Order: sequence, then structure tokens, then C-alpha cells
Amino acid sequence: MKRFLLPLGLFIALVVFLGVGLGLNPREVPSPFIDKPAPAFQLAQLHAPDQTISPQDMLGKVWLLNVFASWCVSCRVEHPVFMDLARQNVVPIVGLNYKDKRDAGIAWLNQFGNPYSVSAFDSDGRIGIDYGVYGVPETFVIDKLGVIRMKHIGPVSPEALTDKILPLIKELNRV
Amino acid sequence: MYRLFLTCWLALASVLALAAEAQPTAADPALEERVMEISHELRCLVCQNQTIADSNAELAVDLRNQVREKLQQGMSEKDIVAYMVQRYGDFVLYRPPVKGSTWLLWFGPFLLLIGGAVFLGLKLFRGRPPVDDLPPADMQRAADLLRATPDAKEQK
Repeated sequence: MKRFLLPLGLFIALVVFLGVGLGLNPREVPSPFIDKPAPAFQLAQLHAPDQTISPQDMLGKVWLLNVFASWCVSCRVEHPVFMDLARQNVVPIVGLNYKDKRDAGIAWLNQFGNPYSVSAFDSDGRIGIDYGVYGVPETFVIDKLGVIRMKHIGPVSPEALTDKILPLIKELNRV
Repeated sequence: MYRLFLTCWLALASVLALAAEAQPTAADPALEERVMEISHELRCLVCQNQTIADSNAELAVDLRNQVREKLQQGMSEKDIVAYMVQRYGDFVLYRPPVKGSTWLLWFGPFLLLIGGAVFLGLKLFRGRPPVDDLPPADMQRAADLLRATPDAKEQK
């Protein structure tokens, strides 16, 4: 009986490892930006090409940076979540219209609603690369000092919002 | 008929695919070679098991352009790789760096190998149970049999 203990133990360990491995999401690459200052940019606004927006303008506020595009299908999935959040008026959401055409981006917001207090227009995706964006949509939580505190890859679900993002915003607002 | 159509369509599609792959080869072949060299070291984050040299995902194309641009600006290969790591983390490196968190990744297989060898060695050289001595009566019989030479047998 005792001689089976070692193989059985090894087998259980293997099952545990494989089980944990199944639960991991390989798409979620840990961002090197967590707790680093948000990369600076100065982009034209989507709706007002003659005005610019920069993370500098948001200093002193906790805010969300949401990368979206009119061609991005999963952006439509998360869009109602941001519309809801915008209605609650708890945090300013800045859009980053990534690799899009200006009129397509504006038309998309007209069709589905615009939750963004302002949107930056990143037509060639240069700022996206600076932020390490590789799968739209992506959402960054940035604190009052302009430091990235969290990055969410893929569509934000209502659960992710209430369980992770909103508590973090609350905490950051207290500081 | 449908098959013929499908065959033609696929043939055409493959030509298009080739055309898409050949496209980034720009005016300067030497520069392009260096771009590709660096691109082979960088992982495409959209299709994670390809380098950005192999991948035609839009992000890979963008990153290749970025590499090309940085080379034209005179950045060294090392700086460009550092630039990518700064944005996408170590994951962007096709060959992960040797450091604390990747120690197990690099040396784990060797640990397993050594562990296996030790286990096998123990089993082979020490694990064999010693043969118990036979009861005295049997020993006596065996000794008698061994002493009995063929000549002695013949005499009987």
C-alpha cells in the first residue's frame, strides 16, 4: 500500500498543476506598466481636431483610459458597461480611439452612445504601442498622480467593474 | 464544378497571401534584414506562438514598422528590444531572460533529468533486496551437489 503513495502524490500534484494551468488566461500578459507613470502623449481630440488631450490634463483625478475602435467587435460588448458607468458619474472615462478613421469613430459613438468625457484620436496606433496595447479593448485605471494602477485586457464585464475596478477607484479616491 | 471553383479560389487566395508577406520588403534590403533579425526575437502578442517576423497580424506589422523606424533613427538592437520590453514586458521576448522568476523555466528540465537519474541509480544499485541465505539444510545439499564432479557421478 505504501509503495503507491509516492506515485499517487505525484499524480495529484500533476493534476493540480494542470488544473491551475487550465484556469489561467494566456491572453492576459502581465503589464509592465502597473505602478508606473502613464506614458505621456498629446493627441488631437476625436470630436474636436483642433483641441488636444494629454494625461497631464487629468492630473489630480482618478480616471479611466479605455482603448476602443469602431472596428473592434468586443468593444461593443463592453460598451453598455461604460455607458452605465458614465451615467453614475463616479469617474471620468477618457477614450482612446485606436487605429480608426475619425468619422468612423464618431459615427460609432453616435450609434452606441458616448460614455467618454473626452476621446483622444490615435489614428496610427502609436500611442497604443506606447501603452503596450495589443488587444482592443483595453482599460487602464490611472490615479491622481498619473500612475497606472490597473490594466484590464479585453471587454470589461459588469462583474469585473463592480468587483475590481470600482473598489480600486474608491480606494484611490480616498488617498 | 463547385470543387473547381473552390480550387481556383484557394489558389488565388494563396497568391494573395504570398503577396501580403512579401510586401514589407522596402527599398533598403540591408535595413530590412536587420528589421527581420530583431523581429525574430520578438513575440507577437496577438498570435502568441509566432514572432512578429512570422506574423501578419496588424499589431505585428505595426511593431515591425516601429522597429524599422527606430533603426532608421539609429537606435541599437539592444535599445529596441529594451523599448519593446518596457511596453510589453518580458513576454515580448521570444527567448525569456534568465532571472529569478524564470529560473525554474530554464533549469527545471535539468532538475527533472537529474532527479530521474538519481531515482534510477538508487533503484538499480541500492534497491535490489539482498538474497537471504538459504536454510542450512539446503546449503548443505547445494554444497554436496557442487562437490559432486561428473567423474564422481559416473562412478555411481
